[in-house]
Amino acid sequence: METKIQGILDRYPAEKTENLIPILQDIQDHDGFLSQESVIEVSKYLKMPSSRIFGVATFYNQFRFTPLGKYHIQVCRGTACHVLGSVTVLDEVEKNIGVKAGQTSRDGMFSLEVVACIGACGLAPVIAINGNFHAKVTCESIKEILDNYRNQE
Amino acid sequence: MSFLMEVNNKQIEARKGETILDALNRNGLKVPTLCHLKGSLPTGSCRMCVVENLKTTKLITACSTPVEPGMVLLTHSPRVIDSRKTIVELLLSNHPDDCLFCVRNKNCELQDLSEELHVRERRIKGVKNVHHLDRSSASIVRDPDKCILCGRCVRVCDEVMGVSCIDFINRGSQSVIGVAFNKSINTSSCVNCGQCIMVCPTGALSEKSHFPELIAMLNNPEKTVVVQYAPSISVSLAEEFNMAPGTDINGIMNAALRKIGFKHVFDTTFTADLTIMEEAAELVQRITTGGTLPMFTSCCPGWVKFAEEFYSELIHHLSSCKSPQQMMGAVIKSYWAEKTKTKPENIYSVSVMPCTAKKFEAQREEMTTMGITEVDAVLTTRELGQLIHMYGIDLQNIAAETADSPLGFRSSAGKLFGATGGVMEAAIRTAYHMITGNELIQFKIEALRGFDGCKEAQLTINDLTISVAVVNGLANARKLVESIKKGEKQYHFIEIMACPGGCINGGGQHIGASESAVKARMKTLYDIDDKETIKASHKNPEIQQIYKEFLGEPLGHKSHELLHTHYCKRNVLL
Repeated sequence: METKIQGILDRYPAEKTENLIPILQDIQDHDGFLSQESVIEVSKYLKMPSSRIFGVATFYNQFRFTPLGKYHIQVCRGTACHVLGSVTVLDEVEKNIGVKAGQTSRDGMFSLEVVACIGACGLAPVIAINGNFHAKVTCESIKEILDNYRNQE
Repeated sequence: MSFLMEVNNKQIEARKGETILDALNRNGLKVPTLCHLKGSLPTGSCRMCVVENLKTTKLITACSTPVEPGMVLLTHSPRVIDSRKTIVELLLSNHPDDCLFCVRNKNCELQDLSEELHVRERRIKGVKNVHHLDRSSASIVRDPDKCILCGRCVRVCDEVMGVSCIDFINRGSQSVIGVAFNKSINTSSCVNCGQCIMVCPTGALSEKSHFPELIAMLNNPEKTVVVQYAPSISVSLAEEFNMAPGTDINGIMNAALRKIGFKHVFDTTFTADLTIMEEAAELVQRITTGGTLPMFTSCCPGWVKFAEEFYSELIHHLSSCKSPQQMMGAVIKSYWAEKTKTKPENIYSVSVMPCTAKKFEAQREEMTTMGITEVDAVLTTRELGQLIHMYGIDLQNIAAETADSPLGFRSSAGKLFGATGGVMEAAIRTAYHMITGNELIQFKIEALRGFDGCKEAQLTINDLTISVAVVNGLANARKLVESIKKGEKQYHFIEIMACPGGCINGGGQHIGASESAVKARMKTLYDIDDKETIKASHKNPEIQQIYKEFLGEPLGHKSHELLHTHYCKRNVLL
């Protein structure tokens, strides 16, 4: 049976473990996350234990293990945002959508990611949703912003 | 090439290419280690072994730094000791501190280091990571809260066993050792060998205990509680009681088991002999009738599960014989039950094994006949030690007794099962007899003895030339199987034991045994074989009796029903 990620794997030689990270990146670009099935496929292709692949993948912040939500929220936890209260921002977002960082809400609507610095310190505290920046957010504005996305449905 | 270097203001001899740690140890100087694993490449991650290099004024890891001429080192300067102590204090700040309730109390490297470094106050406090206790495996309990992330289990699982079912997950303070996708260990490729327990410095890994049920059964008047013990137990139990490694305490152990309350004491070595009768017959049959070759042994449940997971295409190469433990379980609840008019369902059958994988084997569904399990509880050597302590039995002051008969008499061939190569030697003795009708003149096959990972021999029996291989350590098994698959190697019969050195170094044995202690156990098994007169399984009078009274002949109908089994492909996380 042709597997879903076969096209990606075909771009790399079999059993060459040094390509692990590029392969995982390609899969995440394609699927939005690393599923168990795809990790197992990579494990077979590279003849590398799935425990080791999972170990490598969890070492890096860039890899996700749950599918992205329809709206992907990135909360900046860089220095400037931290100084201006991004802990509270993260807390508020988590409470609002009911999941923790790295997770996706059950209805598939929102996924949440913490990023080190989004590069918009002048707008701190800042969050980005599907790449759209929301500047100087507060607990009140977060509710409004997220409700707006909900109401688009 | 050797040269001098200065350690603690004295000149010591160092050899080019060795690590500082090796040079220090050879010169009688000890530095503490945690992540260091003998025979494995150093990772230098725990920093316990740091020594002060006076030339560079740096602290360097002794385990991973090669010696250099003219080095000037201090191994126990105030700075070094302070550094080591801080590491222990940091580890303790994220440790449950429940030593009194811990399976490794009084046999824990973290506890020892804390003592040695004189940690007397809780200087560093912090949030402790809390993880799930993983009791999903039939053999192994994982308590990641007690894990200090030394990584020894990860390395032994990968490098020695070739299984790699666990690895480091996450990073930094979130690091944890676990199975892929944070799943429970029973879904992984873990073969239950228990070598991870053997190298764990703390109580993060331990065997699953059957104590409460066992003690309830021992006190249940309706149950006949019987026990069997593996060939290697009598030569390794002594170390649980601070006796010299390799001391054979078979008779004392029989007496102790009776004092604990086991009604009947059987020797699994008897069924090791029985295994040889069946396995040698199977080998002769396969060779003479063009059956599937090479034939692999199937005594080792770690290897059996490994084959089912990684080499399911080779399952029909495995001998269909059950292991001695399961054969004993089966004949106790049939032959012996009939003979003594005991109802099989009222027998509670316990085994003492050097092995954690035996706990898994006992609960395999193939090892149940008509809803009755063949073996009800499996204890490791360590657990038997605990049981003897719990019942207050003083091994120094009790008289030796013999095991019960039938099912208690053995040949010395069966005893060899405890060491790598032993099954092969025993099988050859009986196969030779089955083919030629004569006895071997030279029983000992030196090429198959010792600790080498892979041993080979060629034997001539009449006009047949039989090539055999003996492997210990599953990583070595993987290499051999790959070379067989590629057609590079050809054999008739291959013995595989999962643990390095065989059962004498199994995952249920004494924790913290040195290499020389394991060698001493092996030597005792060979000495028993040298000393005794019944050196072949088919010469065991009780074996002859069970075939006459009950089984008929090897590979006969009754044998197939009770002593043989089948295997199946396992879908686990590889």
